[in-house]
Amino acid sequence: MNVSTSPLHIRPEIIRDQQATDVPAVEKALTPFERIYRIGFVRKAALLIALAVIWETYGRWLGNPLLFPTFTATIEAFWENLANGVIPARALSSIQTLLIGYGIGIALASILTTVAIGSQIGTDLLETLTSMFNPLPAIALLPLALIWFGLGQGSVIFVLVHSVLWAIALNTHSGFRSVSNTLRMVGMNYNLRGLRLVGKILIPAAFPSILTGLKVGWAFAWRTLIAAELVFGVSSGSGGLGWFIFENRNQLETANVFAGLFTVIMIGLFVENVIFAAIERNTVQRWGMQS
Amino acid sequence: MTLPAQSAPLLDVDGVTLQYKTRDALVTATYRVSFEVHRSDRFILLGPSGCGKSTLLKAIGGYMSPVEGAIRLKGREVKAPGPDRMMVFQEFDQLLPWKSVIENVVFALEASGRSSGREAMDKARHYVDMVGLSKFADSYPHTLSGGMKQRVAIARGMAMEPDVLLMDEPFAALDALTRRKMQDELLQLWEDTKFTVLFVTHSIEEAIRCGTRILLLSPHPGQVRAELNSLTAEEVGTASQVALEARINDMLFAH
Repeated sequence: MNVSTSPLHIRPEIIRDQQATDVPAVEKALTPFERIYRIGFVRKAALLIALAVIWETYGRWLGNPLLFPTFTATIEAFWENLANGVIPARALSSIQTLLIGYGIGIALASILTTVAIGSQIGTDLLETLTSMFNPLPAIALLPLALIWFGLGQGSVIFVLVHSVLWAIALNTHSGFRSVSNTLRMVGMNYNLRGLRLVGKILIPAAFPSILTGLKVGWAFAWRTLIAAELVFGVSSGSGGLGWFIFENRNQLETANVFAGLFTVIMIGLFVENVIFAAIERNTVQRWGMQS
Repeated sequence: MTLPAQSAPLLDVDGVTLQYKTRDALVTATYRVSFEVHRSDRFILLGPSGCGKSTLLKAIGGYMSPVEGAIRLKGREVKAPGPDRMMVFQEFDQLLPWKSVIENVVFALEASGRSSGREAMDKARHYVDMVGLSKFADSYPHTLSGGMKQRVAIARGMAMEPDVLLMDEPFAALDALTRRKMQDELLQLWEDTKFTVLFVTHSIEEAIRCGTRILLLSPHPGQVRAELNSLTAEEVGTASQVALEARINDMLFAH
């Protein structure tokens, strides 16, 4: 073949026997500041401190503890109520009510989804019920609950169940439906049928969705609980955190109101970032199933 | 090797017609397909897409029943899925992601009641070892490569010691190099335990390398075109492989 007529540009091969010795370091340590800045926790803590400073400055500048107590006054009120056992008792009462409602909600959701995966009409039932009740704010049911269950824990639990049930049922059901057909076939290959197939294959396979449902349900329940307690918190004398906030507002103890809100936030953050995060780390993240 | 028991087929597929419904049609996947699989066969179902080979394997697995004909394993009609016919699927998601490699095998043994406790653990270790994954026994499936996942699925299938191992294009989703390696490993495993395997593929080359007997299916609907003997290990790679490939090619794509 004639080289001059080839469309290719012919050029010699390149082979390097010697590699450069003066290359820059392949790996270089970051400066301490860079390393600290990379930790998300540190960045968020810095933001929180900045917000606290702004709060304190504004509170002092306003000089009206009835309207807007300073950060230090709030913390003081918080410690005081923590030490004399008022906040722990109220928080405990709130959490107790919440767990009962949450538990009943989970149980009802499992029954509903079990019915739903069993048949088409069950699925239709679940879909109809969730689309009807999911948009209905739990608080809107409170007047009805008062008529049915009277003033007390029963009514709060009723609205709690309503707020938890639909979120969990919806997520669990969609989780079951998204389980791959291959996994179902694998389970059947092991002679698993009916409830054993649900328990040993479907529930773990749908666990990412179920966990999402539990988290959403928890968040709904926590908000609903505080709101419901604000309306009527006195159940069997003690009352929960919502009642604590309401009570202190009536007595114009604004610092205590802030302390109550602070507790609500802290408990919410704890459950979200410690309890659920730990469950997530040990299950879906470990299994590489994060949805 | 000519025991009287040997003469009865292990798996008897007798005039099987399979149909399934899609959204707007009733599809006949196979029409009156018959064949026999004997003990220690490496029986290949080969054909182009649409010949119903995967559907046929699902029916043998017990996931669907024939509208005509019968499938018998050791003389008993197949009615439902069971651990005497272990499936190895093409999909990588056939392992339970919430269980480690060893737990996947142990769970299969315990859930099906094949064995339990210490015995299941020992058996699982043995088979995980056989597919060369002892180092990864405690790893979760999502940390494994595709080839390793398929090895676990094969180990799981073999640990159950089924009458027949059903493999549905198990290497189709792997890259060419891994695929070749897995074929050799499968043959090595077969040399060691002489298990019976029914293997679905659409690759003529894979059929010849892996099979002792090859069933050719023609498409739409799947019907038996031929049942051929494959080559011995020594003949693979020689002119006879080229000849057999050409023969199969002609039969499948002649018209």
